[in-house]
Amino acid sequence: MAEPAAASTAAIYRRLVAAQVRSQLAYRVSFVLDLVSNVVFLGADLLTVLVVFHRVPVLAGFSLADTLLVFGLASLGFSLAELIVGSIDRMQRHVRTGLLDAVLIRPLGVLWQLLVLDVGLRRVGRVCSGLVVLAIAVRLAGVPLTPANLLLLVITPVAGAVFFGAMFVATATVAFWWVDSGELSAALTHGGRDFTSYPLTVFGGWFRHLFAFGLGFGFVAYYPALILLDRPDPLGAPAWLGWCGPLQAAVAATLAALIWRTGVRHYRSTGS
Amino acid sequence: MNDDGRHGGVNVIEARGLRKDFTVRVRKGLLRRERRDVAAVDGVDLTVQRGELLGYLGPNGAGKSTTLKMLTGVLHPSGGRVSVCGLTPVPQRILLARRIGVVFGQRSQLWWDLPLRDSYELLRHIYRVPAAEHAARLRRCRDLLELDPFLDTPVRQLSLGQRMRGELTAALLHGPEVLFLDEPTIGLDVVSKQAVRGFLAELGETGDTTIVLTTHDLADIERLCRRIVVIDHGRVVHDGGIDALHTRYGSQRRVTVDFDTPPPALPDLPGVHLEATTGPRLTFTLDTSASVGTLISTLTTLGNLRDLSVTEPEIEEVIARLYRSEGRAPSQRNP
Repeated sequence: MAEPAAASTAAIYRRLVAAQVRSQLAYRVSFVLDLVSNVVFLGADLLTVLVVFHRVPVLAGFSLADTLLVFGLASLGFSLAELIVGSIDRMQRHVRTGLLDAVLIRPLGVLWQLLVLDVGLRRVGRVCSGLVVLAIAVRLAGVPLTPANLLLLVITPVAGAVFFGAMFVATATVAFWWVDSGELSAALTHGGRDFTSYPLTVFGGWFRHLFAFGLGFGFVAYYPALILLDRPDPLGAPAWLGWCGPLQAAVAATLAALIWRTGVRHYRSTGS
Repeated sequence: MNDDGRHGGVNVIEARGLRKDFTVRVRKGLLRRERRDVAAVDGVDLTVQRGELLGYLGPNGAGKSTTLKMLTGVLHPSGGRVSVCGLTPVPQRILLARRIGVVFGQRSQLWWDLPLRDSYELLRHIYRVPAAEHAARLRRCRDLLELDPFLDTPVRQLSLGQRMRGELTAALLHGPEVLFLDEPTIGLDVVSKQAVRGFLAELGETGDTTIVLTTHDLADIERLCRRIVVIDHGRVVHDGGIDALHTRYGSQRRVTVDFDTPPPALPDLPGVHLEATTGPRLTFTLDTSASVGTLISTLTTLGNLRDLSVTEPEIEEVIARLYRSEGRAPSQRNP
């Protein structure tokens, strides 16, 4: 049997996404409510930032505009990942309800099928809000729109999305062994987003080292933002770190893929 | 569903010493937990030839679904060898998926919020079936399973019987060589059950599609399967025809006769036992070796027979006996 061309595989997934859109539009009211609530959620996070800066003009060496830039880069990356890969945090449910079994008997990859069958279109709202916040921050912080900066403004959220996507997949895979594993997953994905939304300087010692370098969250928004703001790192890291996002995302994606493969291989199912 | 010589051997399924262990953690004291391996499938040998319609039986928790999941590439076996259509299920999952169809009675392959028709169209693309082939198979299923009245209804609004007919169709549209059915009649009403059975019987008769069926409904088995494999505690305890099972467990037929007047004396025939006498009615039980004909011709010499009935042994009874005896002595299994 000839291996199918990649293009026609993509066409199959496009059809599956379209089917999901039609399914979700079957519940119009709930879809609109979800969409609105997702915009509101981002608004609440943004409000936190604004409240802090209402009290202090500068936070750990960063102004409101600077912080918004970090926040915008992180939010956009995270919301993109959440849109495409976020549904995987329902892995436990897929194991329990048997959706995983249903997916395994079809001639397509398991991960992409699960993502497509459970894609949350309401999360489009968050991506849009993230874009708006980032655009405003770029303007407020007076980032010069040089070709290099524009490139960085595109690759940073994409790399961030890949990185957060890898986090989602890697932590959700734990559900293969441990059916109730939601807390760990939430700590590393949503917790990671909160961490990346602020300049690294606001966090203290070992915690900063663990998240920024140990887990790689520093590359998602903070270091690229320093380049965009054209300022040196108060913590003394070299500027080129800001361009390492894609590299770190590639490493994270590779690790996540390995963890996922191992998980699927050891999938034990929940019985009949 | 056509035979174009896609593979050589007649054995569509071959399993040798197939096993699956699950690790369970048992609480011992406050913090200590002990890991224990429990064998859900414990060394199953199974050979299924092309075109067979095999009933796979066993009490709850015997390992039926686990076996099916290992044959379909869902679960990785802990030990033993398995090949389906000449492929090894887990590493060759995607190749195998194109050549088998699977219906899990309690799980759906259909898109819940979309019309049934849309699911079929999506499956056509997922399995890359040429449009004409797909249309021909769908036509056949629509006729045999009478899908037309609800083809445009969203799946969530279908009755269970309608949905199951829809699921069967979904599993067949890519022309699988083997069809695996895990409790396809569970929860269905009598009419739907008959529709499903009738369809499967017809599919089995063509000999193109090998069918493996698990069920708790023994009427499915009697209607459909010439060969049954019974497993219990993860092991095969019977593999053969239903008749062989009756012989092995000494199933007894029952003959009930009504005389005009009770006969004075009764004959002593080998393998025939008088079970009960209620007025003019006599009930005999017959071992498998005894002949009903001999008994009846003897009885007609004793008096005037008003009524007579012969009851075949109940398959339920035989299976229950089998489960019970295995439960008592799981080590004494038939090789």
